[in-house]
Amino acid sequence: MLRLEHVRAGYGNILAIKDISLVISEGEIVTLIGANGAGKSTTLMTISGLVPCRGGKILLNGREIQGEAPDNIVRLGLSQVPEGRHIFPLLTVKENLDMGAFLRRDKDGVKRDLEFVYTLFPILEKRQRQHGGALSGGEQQMLAMSRALMARPKMLLLDEPSMGLAPLLIKQIFAIIERLNRERGTTIFLVEQNARKALRVAHRGYVLENGEIIVTGTGRELAANEKVQSAYLGM
Amino acid sequence: MEYFLELICGGLTRGAIYALIALGYTMVYGIIGLINFAHGEIYMIGAFTAFIIATALTIYGFPLAAVVIVAGLAAAVWAAAYGYTVERIAYRPLRGAPRLSPLISAIGMSFFLQNYVLLAQTADFVPFPALIPDFDFLEPYSHIIGASDLVILATTAVVMVTLTCVIRYTTIGKAMRATAQDSAMALLLGINVNRVISITFIIGSALAAIGGLLVASHIGQINFYIGFLAGIKAFAAAVLGGIGSIPGAVLGGMLLGLTESFGTGYISSDYEDVFAFSLLVLILIFKPAGLLGKATVEKV
Repeated sequence: MLRLEHVRAGYGNILAIKDISLVISEGEIVTLIGANGAGKSTTLMTISGLVPCRGGKILLNGREIQGEAPDNIVRLGLSQVPEGRHIFPLLTVKENLDMGAFLRRDKDGVKRDLEFVYTLFPILEKRQRQHGGALSGGEQQMLAMSRALMARPKMLLLDEPSMGLAPLLIKQIFAIIERLNRERGTTIFLVEQNARKALRVAHRGYVLENGEIIVTGTGRELAANEKVQSAYLGM
Repeated sequence: MEYFLELICGGLTRGAIYALIALGYTMVYGIIGLINFAHGEIYMIGAFTAFIIATALTIYGFPLAAVVIVAGLAAAVWAAAYGYTVERIAYRPLRGAPRLSPLISAIGMSFFLQNYVLLAQTADFVPFPALIPDFDFLEPYSHIIGASDLVILATTAVVMVTLTCVIRYTTIGKAMRATAQDSAMALLLGINVNRVISITFIIGSALAAIGGLLVASHIGQINFYIGFLAGIKAFAAAVLGGIGSIPGAVLGGMLLGLTESFGTGYISSDYEDVFAFSLLVLILIFKPAGLLGKATVEKV
């Protein structure tokens, strides 16, 4: 579904990702793990079109999308939940969700999806009139994911969904990720520092170091890989 | 007592105009952090457009109501086109540049538009047709409130309520607020941020043009330079209320108008501008972010 071929990108004179090639098939959960500053977030921002691609190709269902405007990429079914959630603090919870459905014109479908995210996260329905900035970190993560789902994406890019959350909440968020993948067939590209958790839910994974992919394999293979174990799983 | 009421009405009328123009400053600042110094010129261009259309229609003998409506619409549309174009050619190419660059570009645009109107029209004051008739029912109160005061206040009220509803309830209004709060996230959700910015300029410019028409008809003459002082005053109003805040712009405009009205009415009309800017300095000493503004760390 999504294929990156020798992608290079960065900010100013610094090349944050040097050569990334990876493939994500429809219906998969694929994770990208790596240390701080390895280029994980830049990879996602490049896919979403916010960081310009300096070389290589990004193909979505065979169509080159590098250089496309960010709104066209969302229109093609690719939504991102960025690191740090980026809730609009002065918009209400409901308005934040409305913005997720900004590009959609099918009112009935939007209404159904709103009900769907409210069943996933009932707390959001209770808080729908509150400002986004008044939510706790966990609630903001739920809102950020729900907002992305309101675009009804075929593929969801998740950047550090577990960051700063209590263990119980992390568990809940990962359960939802698996459920979305299983029940809705949403393809998921998950960027995580919490490698243990990510490798457990992912079908396959890539390990990123200094802007390059160094290892790839199934979740289980990577979890068993010595290098991955010592560097990312603390074993 | 009657004098006092007259000053209040005069102050509110002035304030309403300042508020109409200040909205354009504050909306643009809220969304891209730029002080659009060419905004006063957009107001002036609105007044000139209204002047041309109204004069032409009056010559052809159209009824007054039709003249007012057509001139108002034409001024709003024409000024909006200018606002849009200014953003496209002077600010958009500088997006992502250091903050000072678009600011200088804005000042350049202001000079350019002033001189353009000076050359295309005239350096002299031109008489603006009286578009607002005297209302009979105001006759007993005519020493307190004039017809044009009433029309200005009513128009401003309608415009503000409409604008508030648009920003609060429509999708584009929500997208404007979202873009102002976090433009990168707005992009990730598929909001075309450039289009939202264009729409903000279009709305702000149309409001300024309506202000231009109302003032010109109230005062009775215009020239190419009227945008300068009006722009500075409205900018002061926006800062006073807290730049970036829409209710702040309205509050700031009204306060400024009332201060000027009372200052000139009770003390001396020679110091009209002194009162306005003294109020600004005073409020900024005690509330640096303006009355309704949020304190921020780094802004130019």
